[in-house]
Amino acid sequence: MDGEELTEQETALYDRQIRVWGADAQRRLSKSHILVHGMKGTITEFCKNIVLAGVGSLTLVDDRAVTEEALSANFLMPPDENACSGKTLAELCRDSLNEFNPMVRVSVEKGDLASFGVEFFDKFDVVVISFCSLATKKLINERCRKLSKRVSFYTVDCRDCCGEIFVDLQKYNYAKKRQDGTTECELQYPSFQEAISVPWRSLPRKVSKLYLAMRVIERFEEDEGRKPGEICIEDLPAVLKLKKELCEAQSLNESHIPNALLERLVMGAREFPPVCAIIGGILGQEVIKAISGKGDPLKNFFFFDSVDGKGIIEDISDPRPKG
Amino acid sequence: MASLQHSQAIKGAKVLMVGAGGIGCELLKTLALSDFQDIHIIDMDTIEVSNLNRQFLFRQSHVGQSKAKVARDAVLRFRPHISITPYHANAKDSNFNVDFFKQFNVVLNGLDNLDARRHVNRLCLAAEVPLVESGTTGFLGQVTVHVKGKTECYECQPKPAPKTYPVCTITSTPSKFVHCVVWAKDLLFAKLFGDKNQDNDLNVRSNDAARSSEHAGDAFEWSGNEDLEQYGRGIYDHVFGYNIELALSNEETWKNRNKPRPIYCRDVLPNRMTQQNGNVDITDDLSSASAMASLGLKNPQDIWCLMENTKVFLEALKLFFTNRRKEIGNLSFDKDDQLAVEFVTAAANIRAASFNIPSHSLFEAKGIAGNIVHAVATTNAIVAGLIVIEAIKVLKKDTESYRMTYCLEHPSKKMLLMPVEPFEPNKSCCVCSKTPLSLEINTHRSKLRDFVEKIVKAKLGMNSPLIMHATALLYEIGDDLEENEIANYTANLEKVLSELPPPVTDGTVLTVEDLQQEFTCNIHIKHREEFDEEKEPDGMVLSGWTQAPSEKKDDKTSIGNGASTSKSLPTKLGITEIDIEVKEISGGTVSPGTKRKLSEFSDGSTVDQSSDVDQTRNNKKTQKHDDDGGLVMLDHWDSNMSKKQRSP
Repeated sequence: MDGEELTEQETALYDRQIRVWGADAQRRLSKSHILVHGMKGTITEFCKNIVLAGVGSLTLVDDRAVTEEALSANFLMPPDENACSGKTLAELCRDSLNEFNPMVRVSVEKGDLASFGVEFFDKFDVVVISFCSLATKKLINERCRKLSKRVSFYTVDCRDCCGEIFVDLQKYNYAKKRQDGTTECELQYPSFQEAISVPWRSLPRKVSKLYLAMRVIERFEEDEGRKPGEICIEDLPAVLKLKKELCEAQSLNESHIPNALLERLVMGAREFPPVCAIIGGILGQEVIKAISGKGDPLKNFFFFDSVDGKGIIEDISDPRPKG
Repeated sequence: MASLQHSQAIKGAKVLMVGAGGIGCELLKTLALSDFQDIHIIDMDTIEVSNLNRQFLFRQSHVGQSKAKVARDAVLRFRPHISITPYHANAKDSNFNVDFFKQFNVVLNGLDNLDARRHVNRLCLAAEVPLVESGTTGFLGQVTVHVKGKTECYECQPKPAPKTYPVCTITSTPSKFVHCVVWAKDLLFAKLFGDKNQDNDLNVRSNDAARSSEHAGDAFEWSGNEDLEQYGRGIYDHVFGYNIELALSNEETWKNRNKPRPIYCRDVLPNRMTQQNGNVDITDDLSSASAMASLGLKNPQDIWCLMENTKVFLEALKLFFTNRRKEIGNLSFDKDDQLAVEFVTAAANIRAASFNIPSHSLFEAKGIAGNIVHAVATTNAIVAGLIVIEAIKVLKKDTESYRMTYCLEHPSKKMLLMPVEPFEPNKSCCVCSKTPLSLEINTHRSKLRDFVEKIVKAKLGMNSPLIMHATALLYEIGDDLEENEIANYTANLEKVLSELPPPVTDGTVLTVEDLQQEFTCNIHIKHREEFDEEKEPDGMVLSGWTQAPSEKKDDKTSIGNGASTSKSLPTKLGITEIDIEVKEISGGTVSPGTKRKLSEFSDGSTVDQSSDVDQTRNNKKTQKHDDDGGLVMLDHWDSNMSKKQRSP
């Protein structure tokens, strides 16, 4: 273990959580560097959680100007649009997050995420992206994977009262602790591309419908050249048509993706704050686990739908790995 | 779509939040973002530093201020046009009566103790306002919905009594570190620094053969001119040396136990300490005096050796007398009082050394002594989200889709968030079904006071009880009593039941009522001569308030996948009673019959030996079959929740 001790100030501030994950984990947290993209409700919740937890630094990427929609779902921004003038979403969130915990450095990186080269990501231990196109998700995931050190990669999306988290920890070793002792475990994560390429026919029969529905929506936005979330009820017929095609191509019965679910996702591009809190909370816990090495990380998708209230983990990886 | 559907119900709703702490901050934020317009919030607490890691509406500069008020101001910064009404007050205050509760469409609890939860539950039942209840510990959490007549009330599953330890385990035969902490805190600390008139089970022999003749009086009394280190060494030798020798002389006790070893100060620390730190005794701020600081001990996570514990013991004692003499006699243990925590840690460790129990760090001892529950922001945020989802269903009267939801640390059936259909009201619940109870008690020996303290307050959770025998009033607490009434009731308290006017004997039915809670309960008295001191330390046994029959709604639970044993299980999980950042924890509700199910459920899926969370679950699980699980009313019960067990 590295010898550095927590300061008195840290011990006092983090007392209750050190009782949860221990002082070693707290030290590792305080040395970690996190990058996030897409400052909407869910990412905002996530940022709050890990800034409170005491990570070393947090870098925000989101050049968008403040919109009414962004204001409505974001507790980091002042309501007064004048106060927001000339600032990007990321800059406003930074100002607010800085107040949460003076021990965490929060900064902003300007530019288009897709234009950042591989070496840019080398500065981080964790990369979390939200509201990115399918192409960007794959691209950033691959860049993280090119580095010699492990950069944990997460994507997160909330639509209507549903949320999805994807996790790629590449090769992850940890001590799995159980009542009857500890076993060393190794988890091998597929990339986002690999995961979504798993043939639908070979997925478990009861796989979350949300997984399939999100792939349809994601694919639709990609094909149509839409920005993430740029979709509405008028698109429903085209989305249903795409679903039919995808199901036929994958020889999957169409009933696995209920039309009503697609309808909800198409209409509810705006996030539902309670779901942001839930998904942002689960994501925060997972990132803390990955950094601290404490606890079993989830592999590799998480879904929540407030209609049935279930928060489900799905392992979607190729059952027959190459080589 | 969701927001459209919900918006009507949300915008017109008037919501009461009880608690502005860990869950409360998250909840208030999520309610505001979800477009709630009229929120009232009650919290009696002020902000502390250790809140800041998760109660994100508060800043360092707010320490000491009202949680409810600061939370309101913080949320109005990003939602200026909604109405938030804060009350910096105790939810049990009499102005929060049934009429007050009736103005709300739903009540949302983010509380940290059983007492307040029971109180709010009763007011919600009386006012017929739906209640969404919640709790978290570490990564575990839960949200439940309580609607009168439709789902079980918060008290339908009887709550176990707080964990206490038999007196003799604490005074004579400790076997775990927690026993040493309880001894150090509730006996030794209380004896030295607390109210001298309080009963105290610490063994003190006034004819103290082990001490020199000048201390023939009370060994614990400081003469006023005695050298403080000398005085400290005298106490040390008395409690860790002489008392242990005395205990050893009773050989019967040690037949099946490991014998403790007496520890004398001169053997551990032959030379006086003064030389080592004689120069800097006076700190600028007297109240912040710390033995660790003056001894140069920095890391609260370190485990001190016996000599270090001895030094901390002597130094802390000295600092109390030099820097905080005025408080002596009125001190009660406070987990935020650094010097008190230092003293208790050192004393507990020295006692542990006597009894061959592994010692613990100050950080760990503080957790045990202060009943500190681990808390993180993420679980609170998740639980707050779940509360709002249930609140919206309640407002839409979407009865069929109410769920109780459990946040798990390890997935069960792939679920980290597990929804379960709420149970129906328990027909034998004395709170929502008004089922009469029966009490076995020795009516010739037990006083009315025992009945009031041990049953009416501790078991039934009443604050302002009124006790009637037919039409005769035996006892009452209230603001508007006449002097002669008070005198009469005070006299009654000291009478044994069978000598009350009119006498309470076998077959009597007592009516106990709390007017504020609008809660009435009939208790059938059964006289019984003898009680088992270890198993029934109250000297009375209350029954009739039992687990609901287990067949309820089995076929409709939303956990799929048929295994019937698992269906009724979640309410009985250890986590049903999780409290946040607690002064008192209500403990688990694992009944003996569900042990198997619980272990099935937790499925070995936990236990990171070094993590407190898992320890929590373990402890909750074992709470009921702890070998020393007898109940003795110490002032503070001690959860062993925060205890870390060392791997052998």
